[in-house]
Amino acid sequence: MDTPKGAALIEILSRHRDALLTEWLDQHLSIALRRGLTTEAEMREQFRSFLNVFTDALQRSDILDANRPEWEPVRAFLAEMSAHRARQGYTPVETATFVFSLKQPLYVRLRTELDDDPAALSEVSWNVNLLLDSLGLFTTEVFQRSRESIIARQQEELLELSTPVVQLWEGILALPLIGTLDSARTQVVMESLLQKIVETGAGIAIIDITGVPTVDTLVAQHLLKTVAAARLMGADCIISGIRPQIAQTIVHLGVDLTNVTTKSTLADAFTVALQRTGSSVLTPSATA
Amino acid sequence: MMHVGDVTETLAAEVGLRSDEEIVRLRQIVRDHAIAQGFSLVDQTKFVTAASELARNTLQYGGGGDARLSKLTNGVRVGLRLRFVDRGPGIADIERALRDGFTSGGGLGLGLGGARRLCDEFEIQSEPGKGTVVSITKWKLR
Repeated sequence: MDTPKGAALIEILSRHRDALLTEWLDQHLSIALRRGLTTEAEMREQFRSFLNVFTDALQRSDILDANRPEWEPVRAFLAEMSAHRARQGYTPVETATFVFSLKQPLYVRLRTELDDDPAALSEVSWNVNLLLDSLGLFTTEVFQRSRESIIARQQEELLELSTPVVQLWEGILALPLIGTLDSARTQVVMESLLQKIVETGAGIAIIDITGVPTVDTLVAQHLLKTVAAARLMGADCIISGIRPQIAQTIVHLGVDLTNVTTKSTLADAFTVALQRTGSSVLTPSATA
Repeated sequence: MMHVGDVTETLAAEVGLRSDEEIVRLRQIVRDHAIAQGFSLVDQTKFVTAASELARNTLQYGGGGDARLSKLTNGVRVGLRLRFVDRGPGIADIERALRDGFTSGGGLGLGLGGARRLCDEFEIQSEPGKGTVVSITKWKLR
């Protein structure tokens, strides 16, 4: 930046560096420390690094516009900090305050330095204001994006987690379903069950819907399709976990489950499965 | 608040229906209000299931719309009313749409008729090209 006003800004930043750092820290530290996630030394270091890249960009740029390539290092620094804070559990406001709390100490310095030139003071103040605003908003944008990527990752994890197919016994599989059975998940459920039938050569699969709060016609249709597909692969399905309220609802809806073996509990379904495979579990009697 | 006859109707919630996630959200809201109104577990499940059916119809056939949930009081009775509004293609033959096994999509064809059987009152108005309004009500003796 080669305009006299820009030079004045650089001059102020480097001359009052330590005072600025301390005042800035005072403004922001109460927020950062309340979270108990950082120390004063760490915070000071973060501010010092930011001031370094900020001054650096200021020297190489002649326009105070955060979107210019010269400001890329500043944006990169803030992006990293913002993403880090999103993971740590800061709010977007607290994150943006990192940038905004520089304003007050900086304006105080500008006012004393440019006391004799009101026109220059107002111009520099305005430009600095715009710059810091756009940098502050940038942290919010990055913050938002990091949160969204966390949510997307968690959704994918849930998709994987909630559909385990377990082997209960030789030839008997169980699929405990939990939560909402929307189409995307049902697809995963169906695939993992059919895959496991191939792997284990199981003849019976128990689908337990104890953890499914609402069984409407779409859920019923998905279940019937899964049962039909398993049957084509040579496995019989038992649906368990039909609670009284679900049974009544299914009857009112008019869904026909007469071709499917259903049981109220997983234990009942397991007993039926054992009988069909010709196995039995014996409890050693006291006299034996 | 609205008075029709002796029935007092108070708006409790409004939910947009534009994605599958919003159907899940509606189900949760309806369940919470059904519990708050003191519905039995069976009635909660019936009303939530009916809401789920109609919400999916609104999304799938109506191209998205809105659901308005209101609380009702009528003397010794309390209840919930849920109204679904879409501006989709409408239903040409309502009698046929209500018949079990009829579907214009890939479903079982039980949703609309099933929802009617799960509730105490059921109303449907539809005009081809204008959209559809479905309203369901469930009562509970206080």
